[in-house]
Amino acid sequence: MEKAAAVLVLCFATMLMHSVALAGPEEDRVAFVAFFKSRFPDIPFADYANGIYAIDRDAREQWLAIEDFPPYEFAIERGQALWQTAFPNGKTFGECFAQQQEDIRAMYPRFDELSGEVVTLEMAINNCRTANDQSLLAYDEGGIVDITAFLAFEARGKKLHVRVPDDQPGALQAYESGKRFYYSKRGQMNFACSDCHVTSVGQYVRADRLSSSLGHPTHFPVYRSKLGEMISLHQRFAGCVRDVRAKPFALQSTEFRNLEYFLSYMSNGLEANGPGARK
Amino acid sequence: MASNIKIKAKLSGDIADIKSLMIHPMETGARKDPDTGELVPMHHITQLTFTNNDKPVMVANFSTAVSKNPYFSFKFGGANAGDKLKVSWVDNLGRTDELETVLK
Repeated sequence: MEKAAAVLVLCFATMLMHSVALAGPEEDRVAFVAFFKSRFPDIPFADYANGIYAIDRDAREQWLAIEDFPPYEFAIERGQALWQTAFPNGKTFGECFAQQQEDIRAMYPRFDELSGEVVTLEMAINNCRTANDQSLLAYDEGGIVDITAFLAFEARGKKLHVRVPDDQPGALQAYESGKRFYYSKRGQMNFACSDCHVTSVGQYVRADRLSSSLGHPTHFPVYRSKLGEMISLHQRFAGCVRDVRAKPFALQSTEFRNLEYFLSYMSNGLEANGPGARK
Repeated sequence: MASNIKIKAKLSGDIADIKSLMIHPMETGARKDPDTGELVPMHHITQLTFTNNDKPVMVANFSTAVSKNPYFSFKFGGANAGDKLKVSWVDNLGRTDELETVLK
């Protein structure tokens, strides 16, 4: 009996490995979107960009009232001022980016062939500072979050179009590593990201409902009412990892950047609508 | 940035609908610094005042119970387009901030 069970498990494992090997990012994304479509048939695809407020109707009312006078407006202004301030050598942030200001946000995260790693918007901003002989901005402080808030605001309405180029094997590796992170159990609670944000999406954890991973990255950075300040996507990742009682990775670590790469790919086609306001 | 206050005012008839948002730490004095374990000194707005053409229309006495970066909204009657609405606060350290806007 035990032997039969073991064979069965092995069988499943091989099937699983087989299907993983076959499915590329686009197949993953289609299946991901289809899952949420079947779970919440009444929620239009575009609404997932609003995060939990696509699902939680009560909280949505409060959120809409907050959006009347969004608490992130100060951050956008501070970010704009930082963005426009020239470096001592006379150059500006804008000169580091080939795109128009409003197109920058939707470019990231992207896989950089030269360095062989995923580059996020925060990293690109700091790379720009390095290129101009400036010190790096700390990832857990306001400055860089404010700049991303400004760029996110400029990019509102542009659709996410993260690419995993076929001709760059490193890109697929980074994507797969982000995907593995997403579906891996971790922490004393033994939770994977997907346990809450796919399997149990929409259910209550204490007084709050679990948000959908489809649309997670679109609205960051967000102003969190409970903190009274803006946080980046990676700070939110760290919060989630801490919540399942694991030790969070560093902000902008390879692990979190790959996770952002995977998650952003899953949300392709949704509008970038950051910065957001969240509980 | 001149002022750390924002106002949105909407006039319908003679009723003015005022929404305001201000940046302030609003420390209660009971919170400990997670790094040092020391209490963070109390620092909060004590009085928030709205005047319309120099006449007070709303005066609020704040204490530690109000959250960080307070949002404050109210309505008042008898307002006219062109009225000068001024908001100002003073905190327990004697610091102040103010902003003036014209109703329309």
